[in-house]
Amino acid sequence: MLDKDNMIKAYGDTYNDGKIQLSFTLPVQKGVEAEEAARVYCAKMGLKEVEVVDMKDLREGFTFFVVYAIADVFVNLDKINVAKIETEEMSYYEINDYIKEKIGKPLTVVGACTGSDAHTVGLDAILNMKGYAGEYGLERYPQFNTYNMGSQVPNEKLIEKAVKEKTDAILVSQVVTQKNVHIKNLTEFVEILEAEGLRDDFILVLGGPRISHELALELGFDAGFGSGTKPNQVASYIAQKVYQNINNK
Amino acid sequence: MLSQRNIERRSTLALKLDLDQKLIDLCRNYTADIADDVEDKIAKNTTTSVERTVLRLLGVDGVDEHGIPLSNVIVEKVQKEEELNRGISYWFGNALLQTKLSVQKLAQAVAKDEVGLFKLPKASNEEVYDYLLKLARAKADEIKDNVKIKKEMKKEHPPGPKPWLYVIVATGNIYEDVKQAKAAAREGADIIAVIRSTAQSLLDYVPYGPTTEGFGGTYATQANFKIMREALDEVIKEEGHYVQLVNYCSGLAMPEIAAMGAIERLDMMLNDAMYGILFRDINMKRTFVDQHFSRMINAYAGVIINTGEDNYLTTADAVKEAHTVLASQFINEELGLRTGLSKEQLGLGHAFEINPEIEDSFLMELAQAQMVRQIFPDSPLKYMPPTKYMNGDIFRGHLMDGMFNMASIMTNQSIQLLGMLTEAIHTPFLQDRALSIENAKHVFNSARNISDEIQFKPDGKIQKRANQVLEETAEILKDIADKGLMKSLSEGIFADIKRPMDGGKGSDGVIKKSPDYFNPFIDIFAEELDLDAR
Repeated sequence: MLDKDNMIKAYGDTYNDGKIQLSFTLPVQKGVEAEEAARVYCAKMGLKEVEVVDMKDLREGFTFFVVYAIADVFVNLDKINVAKIETEEMSYYEINDYIKEKIGKPLTVVGACTGSDAHTVGLDAILNMKGYAGEYGLERYPQFNTYNMGSQVPNEKLIEKAVKEKTDAILVSQVVTQKNVHIKNLTEFVEILEAEGLRDDFILVLGGPRISHELALELGFDAGFGSGTKPNQVASYIAQKVYQNINNK
Repeated sequence: MLSQRNIERRSTLALKLDLDQKLIDLCRNYTADIADDVEDKIAKNTTTSVERTVLRLLGVDGVDEHGIPLSNVIVEKVQKEEELNRGISYWFGNALLQTKLSVQKLAQAVAKDEVGLFKLPKASNEEVYDYLLKLARAKADEIKDNVKIKKEMKKEHPPGPKPWLYVIVATGNIYEDVKQAKAAAREGADIIAVIRSTAQSLLDYVPYGPTTEGFGGTYATQANFKIMREALDEVIKEEGHYVQLVNYCSGLAMPEIAAMGAIERLDMMLNDAMYGILFRDINMKRTFVDQHFSRMINAYAGVIINTGEDNYLTTADAVKEAHTVLASQFINEELGLRTGLSKEQLGLGHAFEINPEIEDSFLMELAQAQMVRQIFPDSPLKYMPPTKYMNGDIFRGHLMDGMFNMASIMTNQSIQLLGMLTEAIHTPFLQDRALSIENAKHVFNSARNISDEIQFKPDGKIQKRANQVLEETAEILKDIADKGLMKSLSEGIFADIKRPMDGGKGSDGVIKKSPDYFNPFIDIFAEELDLDAR
């Protein structure tokens, strides 16, 4: 039996009215034909009662549309499955105590923005002493030895460093995701580790504004953290994962 | 001497924030000491990139059969023989004299080893110098003609009122960039920047030809500069308002890009004195020598430079580190003026990056923006939009960008890099750019003369904040003046980033000049810009 409350549609102002808004550009000169083209385009997406509420000439033969419509489909919440990070979030002090008591030695992490990526904002937020959003970065943790290799680090260099420092976890940050350039580079990173027989020596953590845990798993990492992640969330994960790995051996 | 107009403007501005003029003067004294020390340390050096730039300015263009630029090939040959300390000018000039080949023919012949630079008879320094100076002067005159063309175009098709709307195109494909740039210019953008491919700053050469692939941006090449300039010239004539073209004069090929921009009639260049050191880990000496020559070129070519202080606030906190932005602006100003740039060419950078959830964050933004406006009244300030606290919520982002625009019009900023509602999601879509232009036009138009109506409450929050930042700036500049800029950078004074004095990329390209070193362009630019030749 389907639980009716778990079958849902978009909500405008009435339960299950299916109302959505969207905006997009078509390469067409503004005019009545353009408006109709937008409506047909939405209809082909399966949308109903399509209303083009605004249309703007973007010049050079492009038009921007704002559309309201009904998306007349249901989602069954019972069938939703999402990979989630299962470890528990702890505070700065709890994490340091946890490592001291349960693992008995400080953990080592190496982090880098790899490939051509020059954007260290995310990596710095997690690693730098001062951290992010009021949470200290890993450099501040007495129970973490932290190496921040910065931007544009080749995969090979990062692995070399991780091996040299006997790292527990490797943090890879990717911000530039234009044309999926990050996917190729991240895949290559995991492939090198596997080819060298090093994959299981490290906990692999991926971070970036367009990264989800699911994507990270798909690429062969152990965990993925998206935008808004605080340093203690990453630190909690690493500490608990190291402990789990010790117990599983 | 101040013009009457400037004095008047200053006195009306002074009503707004009651800043301690003595403290401002003190800051400038410290910066003079800082700049003296930097100049002392760089005066004896040239770099491979400076020497390659000399070749480019003389007219060397093109690549060899491996795709390596001829300017690189030739400079490397001389460096290998450890003869670069005399400057490429002597060797290349001597070869021109001896072979009677044209600049380009000679460059090709040297690259193919058909002419050996060291095997030719050697003319005296004076002979080579006189010959090369004439050639260089003709080339410099071509740049001067470009300045004239720009002036005439601006007269005929005047630019819009400040703040100028500055937008970025970044598709990776120059032909796609052209479409987006033209659309944006027709929508009302005053300035188009073609952002570079993400790793270009670390290339120790300039890629060649039109390019259609790049990541996060499009390669800066001379051909790409030309394609975009032609496209914008077309729009200028059709729309009747001047559109400025910008590129990035930074990284290991900094002065070469300046030369390309001068030749292809660019209007603005991002050209910070310290950006490469801090954010690209480029060697300090290399950067300071390169920025000096590249700024001379920009000065001579009538290019407005944009400095990169906004970047500090993407890594450091905008409330606590506001004074480092002002300190760096003072340093960029002093180093810039010493290369012949006028105050009107100094697009000093800052940013709207305070956490918007802090109460009265907008007041602090106003304090900073009005403060720099008053301290640098003649400079076209470059104001950068919120990026750090943009999180993918495009509706909140659009509002933040609106407030950023409001702060700008309230404080008379000059170069407004428009924020994108999709910041932190993707490089802008066509529609994102159009929405941001609409946002800025809406705010600027509806509050066009608001700054004339504003005075800030004496002893109010805004006044206090501005004075506090100024005081902290004087302290930090004193500290930098005591230690020297290079040592201060190595201790992490800016952006919380530490860079060792002798570390970084490109240090192998720094070369000690011999006593008979010469570079005809430095001499010509210095003479015409009224500088002491260095």
